[in-house]
Formats: sequence, structure tokens, C-alpha cells
Amino acid sequence: MADVQTIARHIPDRLESRGARLIKSWETLLVAVALAIFLVNSFASPYFLDPWNLSDATFNFTEKAMIAFAMALVIISGEIDLSVASIIALTSTVMGYAVQLGFDTPALVLIGLTTGLLCGAFNGLLVTGLALPSIVVTIGTMSLFRGLSFLILGDQAFTGYPASFSWFGQGYVWWVFSFEFCLFVALAVIYGIVLHKTNFGRAVYAIGNNQTAALFSGVRVGRVKFVLFLLTGLMAAIASICLTARLGSTRPSIALGWELEVVTMVVLGGVNILGGSGTIPGVVLAALIMGMVTFGFGLLNVPGIVMSIFIGLLLISVIALPILYRRFRGRRSH
Amino acid sequence: MKILKTLLVTAAISVAMMATAQAETKKIALVVKALGIGFFEAANKGAQEAAKELGDVEVIYTGPTTTTAEGQIEVINSLIAQKVDAIAVSANDTNALVPALKKAMDRGIKVISWDSGVAPEGRLMHLNPSSNPLIGNMIIKLAADNLPEGGDVAVLSATATSTNQNVWIEEMNKVLGNYKGINVVATVYGDDLADKSYRETQGLIQSHPNLKAIIAPTSVGIVAAAQAVTDAGKIGQINVTGLGLPSEMAGHVKSGASKSFAIWNPIDLGYSATMIANDLIGGAEAKPGAELKMGRMGTVKLDDKNEGAMADPFVYDASNVEEFAKIF
Repeated sequence: MADVQTIARHIPDRLESRGARLIKSWETLLVAVALAIFLVNSFASPYFLDPWNLSDATFNFTEKAMIAFAMALVIISGEIDLSVASIIALTSTVMGYAVQLGFDTPALVLIGLTTGLLCGAFNGLLVTGLALPSIVVTIGTMSLFRGLSFLILGDQAFTGYPASFSWFGQGYVWWVFSFEFCLFVALAVIYGIVLHKTNFGRAVYAIGNNQTAALFSGVRVGRVKFVLFLLTGLMAAIASICLTARLGSTRPSIALGWELEVVTMVVLGGVNILGGSGTIPGVVLAALIMGMVTFGFGLLNVPGIVMSIFIGLLLISVIALPILYRRFRGRRSH
Repeated sequence: MKILKTLLVTAAISVAMMATAQAETKKIALVVKALGIGFFEAANKGAQEAAKELGDVEVIYTGPTTTTAEGQIEVINSLIAQKVDAIAVSANDTNALVPALKKAMDRGIKVISWDSGVAPEGRLMHLNPSSNPLIGNMIIKLAADNLPEGGDVAVLSATATSTNQNVWIEEMNKVLGNYKGINVVATVYGDDLADKSYRETQGLIQSHPNLKAIIAPTSVGIVAAAQAVTDAGKIGQINVTGLGLPSEMAGHVKSGASKSFAIWNPIDLGYSATMIANDLIGGAEAKPGAELKMGRMGTVKLDDKNEGAMADPFVYDASNVEEFAKIF
């Protein structure tokens, strides 16, 4: 600022330094919240800081978080997929049906993944091919997929999954680290790289910020969106395999209401519900926070309804605080 | 710094207190299908009564907010982490809870199911509120008790294929000989639909002028039948009885259309489940033929599937229906 006379003025990419941005970022806030919850839980219950108990607790969020990664990408691109829980139900039902026909674990996994991809492709075709709003399409397929599941199962249940299949939901890779938790970590890394380090990730942000501009910049909007819906279908199928293996049975009511928990996780993770911004580390932190709150309250035998209220308040305050902070700062500078 | 110190000291004390409290009291968790349901709140009342009677038992009443298996598994995981001594669960899913409950049993927790059962490999025993023979006997007894001179009675069932009702009616027919002068003149099916049950009852009233009682072993049927009897002006002439819910039947008991009816008592059920859990913690073994202690409810004998029946269905009449109508 001192040398005003120079002809070429330097315009910084960002107004704040890297450090200042990090301190004020959403993720930092989430880390603080997570640490606070961790501390409170450790003091409140003597059972919290036990490796096996914490390991058991990870099952509260791993499956939902897997879907949340793909959902984050969909929401950043300005769309939404509310059919994920129903895809879990249909995938689980189809796998259960395959068990009755005598298929073994590798075939079951393949059948599960294919079912999820088909569901995702159906959503993707309706959204991109017919240019229908995704919220309407996926509310429809939410009923459709679970309806099919009810049609096949009625009030019955599929059981008798092979013992090797249960490893996906009950097995441990090393010490207290379950297969589900390791998969959660691996997927977090993969999605982090895809969103933050690849052209595809940049395209997702571009579409979410301004679809028309993205289109004119040569981004194949339709194709990217189609892939995103394929991904949520695939992730719902993976979650379905884990959940079905963990429960050892399938009922049409499996994973009822999970779509909203997944969306909550994504929004709490700092993804703008209107699209355009958000990060995978944020979603990971939100998953950890929701898992720890559920487990911590469970240890204190707090009724579930209080838990829902707490998550709701957390969601509102985490969203409101930065906005209030900005308002306050803006007013002061005038 | 001072705050941190205070916090640490408080935490240490509370941990120490919990540790000593743990050594003295047994923790029994009553896991229900979902919180905020009158039936289960009443079961909790019974469980607390049992805890008070036993003295050294703490009952943890818990459950998910929605009736899902996934929610119950989260609750069960946190109970395992707390190292409770026993879990008594009314399951949202017969099969899905099995892996979680197996894990609980592996860690030395006594697991029983009550009301809504878990598959045998996921629990030590299951407590049924009643048994088919007891229900079959109770529904005909309710009708006969008000007909000392005998008379014609008819049955209004659910659907012709509903398993529960058919078994109960079959059991009822087995003991019919014990009730002198009672003739079952007809069995009709209301399909558990209010309007069809109502019309079928009207048909019964017209085609059997000497009808003295209608037995409806279904909560939908009994309400519709009582309404049809009321509308036909036959209160006092035809008594409607069977299985129903106090909240739905209170009005008809008051009007006299139904003198009495039966259903399980949730308070007794919660009480008995807690007592059985306590008996198992104390070293009792759940195996076919075993008899487990249920305090004031006596004992329960286990059958070859490790299932037991608590008692006769509980009878509700003008003296107690108002009180229970508030519960369920």
C-alpha cells in the first residue's frame, strides 16, 4: 500500500492470509465443537474413553457418512438426492432375494452394487435427460424404491446371509478398527481427492456456483450430474451392504429416515445447501460430531428425543454463528 | 487453571462415586420399541416398582425415538458400553437385533425379550404377556361370567385367515365344555375393518334374536361391535366382550355395552421382565423347563423354545378402565 505510484498494482487472490483464513474457517469451528464434545463426554461418563466402546460407537455414523460424501458432491453441484435411504432398502432386499436363490458373498456384493448403480442411473436419467428438478425426482423415487422393497417383502424378512458376508458389517481389520471404519476413512480420502484435487471436483463447484457459466465454459453439466447420481447410488449400495451385514437381515423398513440424517450431516459439515461450496473434511468432522453426540448421550441414557433436539440446535447455531459474526463485523466497520 | 482443577476433581469424584455405586446396584435396562408410547411408559412404571421392591436394582428405561431396529441397536451398543447387568428388550425387529444382542451376551450381559420377541439365538428367554390357551379360556370366561343361566353367544373375529384369532378361537372351543349352557351360535369375520365389523354385528343381532353376548378377540372388532349394539338399543341385552384397548373401550364400558374385556397389563409386564432379569443376574439359568421368579406375579415356566407366558390376560371393567384408559 506504501508504493501507490507503481503502475502495475498487485491484486491478491484472497484478501486474508492463509493462516487467518484457516482460523476463521468452518472446519476450525467444527474441530473446536468436536473437541468440546469429546472432552465433555470423557468427563461425563467413565465409559467413554474405552477403545472398544469408541469402536462400537463408530457404527453409529460410518454407513451414513459414506453416503454423505457422495451427497456432499451432489449438494455442492446444486442438486439433492433424497432417495438414498430407499436405495439402501431396495439394494438390501435384492441381495436378500439373491440369498434365497443360493448366491454366495462375492455375487451378493456384485448384485448389491449393480442395484445401487441402476437406481442412481434412473435418478440421473430423470434429472439430466428430462431436466426435472432433482428434489421432485428423488422424492418420487424415494417412495418408488422403498415401495418395490415392500412389494417383494411385505411384512416378511430375509435372513440367512452367509457367515462370510457378515464380515462387512461386523468384521475387524486390525485391533478395534472395524472394516466399516477403515472403509469410511478410505472413502473420505478418495472423495477428498476427487473433490479438491481433480478437474471433476472443480466442475462440481463450477456447476453449483453458476450452471450456465459452467456450461459455456465447456463443462459437460449433464454428464457430471449423471455421474454424481451414479455415485450416490453406488455409495447407498455400499452402505446397504455394510448395514445388511451388520443386521444380518433385511426388512423393507431398513434405514428408514436416513436421507434426512445424511443431509443433516452434509449441511452441518459446512456444505451450502444451495450449492457452490463445501469441503469433504467438513463432512468428516460433522460425521464424527454426530456420532460422538449420539454415543455420549446414549451412555448417559439421555432420551433420543433430547438427542434430536440437540442435533437440531447444533445445526442451527453452527449455521447462524458465522452469519451473525459477519453481520456484527460488518456493522462495526461502518 | 483453577477452573480446570475444579473440573478434574469433580470428574474424579463422580467417577469414584459411579464406581462404588456400580458395586452395589445391579443395572437392568428396559429397552422399548420407542419412547413416548403410553404402553411402554406403563411398563416402565412396573419396572420401577420391581426395582423398588428389590432395592439393589437400578432400572434404565430407554429406547429410540422411532420404532427402528437401527435405533435400538445404537441404544444397545451404548448399554453394552455402560456394562449393564441385563437388557430386557421389546424388539422392533426379530432378526436385526440378534448380532448386537449376541455381542451383549458375549460380554456377560443377560438378555431377555418381552412383549415383542427376538429370535432365540439373540436372547436367553422370551416373556409373552399371555399364552394362547389362557387367552382362549379368558374370552369365553368373560362372556360366561355374566351369563349364569347360559345362553347364545357369537364370535366376531378379524379375518378368516388371521393366525392369532384362529388359534384363540380354537383354544376357546377346547374349553367350551367347562362352561355349561353356553352355545356358540356363529362366527363372523369383520376383517379388522371398523365398518365391516359393524355390519357383521348388525347381521348377528338380526339373525340371532336370543343372542346374549358377542366375543370379539380383536381390538378393532370389539369397538365396532359395542357401537353396533349401542346403536341397535340392545345395551343390557347383549354384552360385548373380548380383547380391546382400555382407551378405546372406556366409553363402552361406561355405557354398559361392554361389562368387561381383557388385554395384557403393561405394568405387570414391565414388572415381570425386570424380576426375571434380576433372577438371571442372580444365577438362575434359562433353559427349557426352568422356572424363573417374577415377584408378586409368581413364576414363569419356560417351554422348549425358552419362552414363557406371564399370566391370564388382565380384566378391565368399570372399576379400573378409566385409570388404564389414560395409559394405552
